[in-house]
This record gives sequence, C-alpha cells and structure tokens, in this order.
Amino acid sequence: MVQFSEEKMAKVREIIARYPEGKQKSALLPVLHLAQEVYGWLSSETMDYVASLLQIEPIEVYEVATFYSMYNLKPVGKYMFEVCQTGPCMISGSDAIIDYIKQRLGIGVGETTPDGMFTLKTVECLGACGYAPMMQMGKHYKEHLTPEKVDQIIEDCRKQAGQLN
Amino acid sequence: MGVKLLLEKAQVEGIRSYEVYRREGGYRAAEKALKTMAPDAVTEEVKKSGLRGRGGAGFPAGMKWSFLAKPEGIPRHLVCNADESEPGTFKDRYLMEFLPHLLIEGLLISSYALGSNATYIYIRGEYAWIPDILEQAIGEAKANGWLGKNILGTGFDCEIYVQRGGGAYICGEETALIESLEGKRGNPRIKPPFPAVKGVWDRPTVVNNVETLAAVVPIINMGGDEYAKIGVGRSTGTKLISACGNINKPGVFEIDMTISVEEFIYSDEYCGGIKNGKRLKACIPGGSSVPILPANLLLKTAKGETRYMNYESLSDGGFATGSMMGSGGFIVLDEDQCVVKNTYTLARFYRHESCGQCSPCREGTGWMEKILKNIDSGKGKMSDIDLLWDIQRKIEGNTICPLGDAAAWPVAAAIRHFRDEFEWHVKNPQECVTRNYGLAHYADPLEVVG
Amino acid sequence: MPEEKKLFKVTIDNITVEVEPGTTILNAARQIGGEVTPPAMCYYSKLKNSGGKCRTCLVEVAAGSTADPRPMPKLVASCRTTVMDGMIVKSITSERVLDARAGVVEFLLLNHPLDCPICDQAGECHLQDLSYEHGKEGTRYEFNRRTFKKHDLGDYIQLHMTRCILCYRCVFTADQLTAKRVHGVLDRGDHAEIATYIEKSLDNDFIGNVIDVCPVGALTDKTFRFKNRVWFTKPVDAHRDCSKCCGEVQLWMRGDEVFRVTARKDEWGEIKDSSKGSTGWICNECRFEKKEAKDWVIEGPTKVSRHSVISQGHYVNVVKPKETLPDVMGGRAPKLLMNIHNVSEVNRPDIELSKIDGPAHSDDFKK
Repeated sequence: MVQFSEEKMAKVREIIARYPEGKQKSALLPVLHLAQEVYGWLSSETMDYVASLLQIEPIEVYEVATFYSMYNLKPVGKYMFEVCQTGPCMISGSDAIIDYIKQRLGIGVGETTPDGMFTLKTVECLGACGYAPMMQMGKHYKEHLTPEKVDQIIEDCRKQAGQLN
Repeated sequence: MGVKLLLEKAQVEGIRSYEVYRREGGYRAAEKALKTMAPDAVTEEVKKSGLRGRGGAGFPAGMKWSFLAKPEGIPRHLVCNADESEPGTFKDRYLMEFLPHLLIEGLLISSYALGSNATYIYIRGEYAWIPDILEQAIGEAKANGWLGKNILGTGFDCEIYVQRGGGAYICGEETALIESLEGKRGNPRIKPPFPAVKGVWDRPTVVNNVETLAAVVPIINMGGDEYAKIGVGRSTGTKLISACGNINKPGVFEIDMTISVEEFIYSDEYCGGIKNGKRLKACIPGGSSVPILPANLLLKTAKGETRYMNYESLSDGGFATGSMMGSGGFIVLDEDQCVVKNTYTLARFYRHESCGQCSPCREGTGWMEKILKNIDSGKGKMSDIDLLWDIQRKIEGNTICPLGDAAAWPVAAAIRHFRDEFEWHVKNPQECVTRNYGLAHYADPLEVVG
Repeated sequence: MPEEKKLFKVTIDNITVEVEPGTTILNAARQIGGEVTPPAMCYYSKLKNSGGKCRTCLVEVAAGSTADPRPMPKLVASCRTTVMDGMIVKSITSERVLDARAGVVEFLLLNHPLDCPICDQAGECHLQDLSYEHGKEGTRYEFNRRTFKKHDLGDYIQLHMTRCILCYRCVFTADQLTAKRVHGVLDRGDHAEIATYIEKSLDNDFIGNVIDVCPVGALTDKTFRFKNRVWFTKPVDAHRDCSKCCGEVQLWMRGDEVFRVTARKDEWGEIKDSSKGSTGWICNECRFEKKEAKDWVIEGPTKVSRHSVISQGHYVNVVKPKETLPDVMGGRAPKLLMNIHNVSEVNRPDIELSKIDGPAHSDDFKK
C-alpha cells in the first residue's frame, strides 16, 4: 500500500502551505517529485494516492505525470544515466559517449541492465551545454564525460550499491 | 576587463553564504529600496535603466512591470522564471548556484516594487540540487530579517518559495510556467488575457527571468541612469553570455554590450578561440531558437561592419543576414561540424518539447524532424529542402506560443545560409554519412587560428 | 436611465456588421454567415475556455480599430480575439489566411488515417468538410502515420485515437457537464492522446455528449457502430419527458427503425439551445437506451442544409479522377494514403471494399 511516512507528510503539508488557500493542486509537481523519491517511480496507485492527498481527481495527476519528462511511469534501474543529446552536446561528442555507455552496460537506450542496476536514457538539453558531453544521474549532473570518466562512474555506482547491500 | 555588475563577486570565497555576501556589500540595494524609496520609484529606476528581459524576448522590464494591474483587494505575484531550458543557455544556473543571495535580493526588491507578498521561483526540475541552495539562502535571508513579516520595519511582508518543474522546455514560456505552477500540464495559455492582468490563480502576475531580476540589484545600487550609461543604444547594462560548443573556454561570461563578436570568440578573456586550432564555421549566438549564422555573417554584418555582442547589432540585417541576442546562449560550431545534423538534433528537441496543443506545432515539428533525419542519413530528396522551407513557413507565426517560431527559425536559417550543404547531403547519400561537408565559402574571413 | 449599449462596427471581407462589445471575430462572422465565416474545429460556443488550439480559424486583422488602425502583425485566432470598433478583418479575401489555413488542414490530416470509408462520422465530419473546403489535393507526408494503443471507454463510447485532432472539446465537456472527469489529455506533443490512463469506462449520465461535440470520428456512438451511413438515415426532431435532461433530440431513422439518437445541432454543428433556453445537452438514457420510435413524440423532419450529404442521400457531382496518384502528387507516391486495413483493423482485410455491392454495411463483414 502506498503511504507516506509522517516525515514526508509533514513535507507535503509544508509544500501545500506555500500556495493560497484552496490552491493545493499547485503542490502537484513537487509532491510527485517527493513520491518518486520514495518509490523510485510513479505507479497508478501512487498517483491515486497523490490525488487523494491534494483532493483532486486522479486524471488530473495522470495528465500532469505523463506531460513532464522527469516522472518515471515504469520502474527504472537503481542508477539512471540520462545523457543529453541535443545540439551543443552533440557537437561536443555526446553520440560517442552514448555508444560507449551502451557497449559498456550491454543495453540499448531506454533499457535497464538485467541486474536492475542501470537504466540508460537519452534526454534533450539539460542546460549544461558548456560542460558537454554530460548526463544527469539522480539529483546531480556528471559533466565533461569521457570514456574513462564513464568507467569511473559505473564503478563508483557498483561500489556504492555493494556497500548499501 | 569589462564592467562586471552581476558576477563581480562570483569568485569570492564563500559568497554563497549570507555572511560573506552581506560583508561584500550585499543587501545594500534592498535596504536602500525598502527604506528610502516608494515601490513606484523602484519601478521608475528599472524603467530608466533600460533593462531588457534577459530570458530571450528582450522586452523592457520596467515597462512590463508598469503593465501590472493593481485591483483593490486582489493579491499580486512576482514569479521568477528559472526554467532555463533553451539549448546553449546555462547562465541562470550559474547565477543561482554561485550567487543565490544576489537573486534573493533582486527578488526582494522587485517584490517590493510590484507588491508581491508571495513570490515564486519556478526552476527547471533537472536542476535538482539548486533548490537546496536557494532554500538555504532564503532561510538565511529570513533569519536576518530580509524576508518574512514587516521587513526592516517597513510593513512590507514577503515570502519566497521555490518550485521545481517536472521536465518541460515549454514551461519557460510564461503562461505555460504559470499553468505548471498551478499544478497543471504546461500548456501555454491563449492570450489575451495577459499575466499582468490574469496570471497565476487568475491574479495579476509578473514573470521575469533570473538574470533580469538579479540585475535589479546593481540598478538600485547605482541608479537607473548610471546603469543605462553602460552598453550602447537600447542594449544597456551587462549581459550574461553562456558560451559552448567548439571553443577553448566554454562557460558563463558577463559582458558589457560594446565588445565585438570577434573579440568575444577569440579573446582569452572570453571564449579563447576555437578548440584544437580549428576554424570557425558557424554560430548560433542567442540560444538554439535564433537563426544560425555562417562565420562571415557572424563577424561582420552584410554591410561589412563589425558585428557587436548586443541586441541591435546581432539582429542587424533581420533574419536575412542577421540573428538575435535571444537568451545569450552562444553555440559555436567549428569546421568539423555538420549543419544538417545540428539542425536535425534541434528539430528533434522541438518535437520532443512541443506541448501538442496547437496543430501546426504538434504536427509540423515532428514532420520537420523526420525529413531532417532522412537528409542527414543520406535518404533525402532534393524536393525535401523546399518542403522543409514550406513547413517552417506554415508553422511560424501561426501557433499559440513562440515555440512554433523557435522550431521554425533554426530550420529556416540553416536552409537560408547552408542550402548547399543540404544539397550536398542529397547528392552524396553515401559520402554524407562518413564525411563532413566542410567549410565551403562561409568560413570566417579572418585568418585567425586558435 | 441606463445608457444605450454602444455596438462595435466590424468589417469582415468587406461586409460590415454591428456587434456587442466582447464579441469574438468568429462570432461576428457567424452573424454574417456564409463563406466569410472561418471554420472552427476546436472552438465550441457552449464550452467555456474552448478554442484557440486548432488554428483553422486564423484571420488577418488589417486594421485593429478606428482608434488604432494599425494592422496586427500575425494572423490571429478569430475564435479568441474580440472585435474592436472599426476593426477590419480579412478572411477569405486574404491570401495569407488561405495559405495558412491550407497549411493547418495539411497538418491536421498529416497523421489522420483517412479511413472515412469505415468511419461512422463520415458524412457529418467537420474534418471532411474542412479538407474539402480549405485543403489541397494530396499530402506531402511520406512517413508512417501515428498510431496509438487502443483504449476501451466502456459500452457506449468508441474511441479511435488515430482520428483525434486534440480539440479538447470532450475534456471541457466532461469538466463542465459532469462532476468527476475520468478522461483527459495524456502525454505531450505529437504523442498526446485522449485516454483514461488506466482503463476506465466513461459512465457519467451526461458523458455521451462528448460524441456530439467531437468534430471528427474519434468519439462515436458504440450503439450505432457500423449500423448505417448517416446519409442513409433520416433525421427527425423528437422529444420525450426526461427527468435528467431536456429530452429534445434528433432521431436518425430508417423506416420505423431508430438507428441513433443525438442532440439537436445548429448550422455550425453545435448543440442547439433547448426550448427551455439552456444548451440542449442530452442524457445517456435518451441517447443510448431509447431506441424505439414509441419512446418518442416525433415532431417532424429535421431541417438539413440542402448542401449536406445527409439531405442528398448521396454525394452529388462526383468526379472520379482519371490520373494516377503519382501524376497529381508530382511524382510522389504516398504509401499509406488509403490503406484502410492496415491502419484501422476494423474490417476484414480479405474483403475487398470495391467488390461489395452497393454501400458497405456491417453485415457485409460478418459473412
């Protein structure tokens, strides 16, 4: 069952309080981010739960969650590599980096490694054009990517995951 | 060294913290505005400064403020547009990441001028770590009496909230941003009514870019007239340029708008020349939406005059031979780059980011992307080039919001200036996948290398 | 004494009309009527906030008003632009407008399956009318058309997403007529679609009205599906005592058989006001469950424009083209132009439509 912890509920209340009385729908995007942080992705149960928290219809949540590119509507790997491929990154060599990651992880774009560790996605401009090629991993950006740097990132992820288990 | 108004203190150790920012003269402008000036006097200074919106459209900020409706009993809001998503643009990120208090101070002064007691920063969702920085700064400002109730004993109340977007370029369009702030899909609204009359929650709203609002701080410090003396013509003050692509020193630079494009590209103070000793082929000077220019038209106008880094000079010649200042996203392409492929990735971007509300943009962007992909991969036909031209022409100006224009212009400019490169792709279907077309006749007229 | 309301003078294609302040250009043009009236695919006067999206109603404003006679630089959506006193508008007298409109038609048809021969909306489809009146022959689109995963909206309403032009009318209808909207526009850009996300049936008492507001064959009446072509049925006005709605409808009959029940439409294809004055939305019971003549008091035949396919019972002045497709397409040979079977999968591909004797009927596919 989907249910936020008391700590997350307090956060939800704080977010709702940012907006005028009766405009709690405005909290939808931040609360969806919060839900994704907790559950990793947004199942329809999670979205229905968010709808109930904000007293809106479930369809209003689906409409929003499917519009924005950051909400995962399917489970994803523990680490998601979102590599930018738009113009400025492309002219700085993003294609080669994407190919390298594909080969390194043995997966295609949009796929997850069988062990559930990595998902590879290509995305459009992330606003780090001066530090290209780059990708987003979780909350942070990994910039000036080279094959060596990609190797290091993958290794760090594996190490971190090992420690967590 | 040019004048630095925004980034002057960016390198000061610890400038992110309130103590250091304050010690370096921070919140002096806020104090001056709130204690010694009436709200309308603040607006008046911004008008006098000639500050133009730094988000891309370049609309005079003071004029925008003066349009704000002020009906009795209805709250008004200032919304800071931090949804920086225009390919090539990453200046607002730099400001927020390194000088959060500069933005907070600018927001405070502007909120005071506009009478906004609840001000929102709408930041693109991908900048996921920046809200923490901003919220920390907001907390510090509040703890020191710069936000909250009865600020400096003036009776003015102001809270600033940060909202993360969910990943959508279109939310940089102000009415889409407002919809998103209301927890809806980022569909731009049909105007009128304009946000100044009916914005967020149907209340009068002003939406300004991060850099615009930060610039209010030096304007109040030095006075609008002094600010207007920097720069040239209607390009007053300083502008942040985010430079990227095939240059030696990509990054964010503050320029006063009197330097030439040539100096900006080749001087060590700025881009430091083209990477790996290559030659300049083309440049998109103001973010991906503005027309791409071949080197010869970039460095000199069609009249043969030096082109400068300001609003007027960059658009000299109109779209036929000029471009735009836009958001200041300066994308440089060297001789190894393929204009067709670059245009294709941009078309793909606009197709991906179209909200899908109106038919020319929803259908036209995808069509252009497919044709460009064909041409880029050697499957194009000669007639495709004219077809592309006709599609972009039918999108431009006919859509609800400027995304249609933004998708059309790069395609139009690429065909206008690099038609031979498109034709070469069609005529050499095998070769074009393995080799670049090269420089042809539009290389930089300068013999400057590296 | 209340001051007499000042009317605004607006000139559209050289015809001047006086309208109340606040009237849109489109509604002013509708007061003139005829050809100068811009087509409207998404605007619906009975639905708040509708309009502005399809861009078929673009017009040129040659002079903004008497006070400020400057022209507007861009074409404007006439459905969302209000008139000013002394405004001069060009609709069919503007080359720019005709060109832009033809462009919009092409965009709207780009991914449309063109499966009119098996579409229940054919004959009363606004997209057919629009293409016929404002479009160009042929398409320049040579790629696969967009398809969608099929969604089931329940027993009454059939959704064909491939035909949808995203006018949002059905979303506004659900918002404004029902307490709880369960369908909406999901995803974005060229993948945006009308759906419920998780399969849900639409079963609010008034949700059937989405069928009447849909300008194309995206939302059709399941109880009428493949039963008959609209131009073979005769529309008659009828009413019954209904506790939920106005009960004033059109029955689409053949002999004594009631094939379909819809709300009554005006000349712009919108639902008319009922005799009680409010919009004549009808309830699901009247629409889907009262399918016998004895359920109704029949008032008489509905007046149908003599230009309509429905009043003729057939298409008039049909000219069969002699040229082959590549001839009229400048050498281009679009692949999917009429490949109905691949696109819609409704009928059995082994049945050749041209071999069916007379108009195709759903029975022909059951053999």
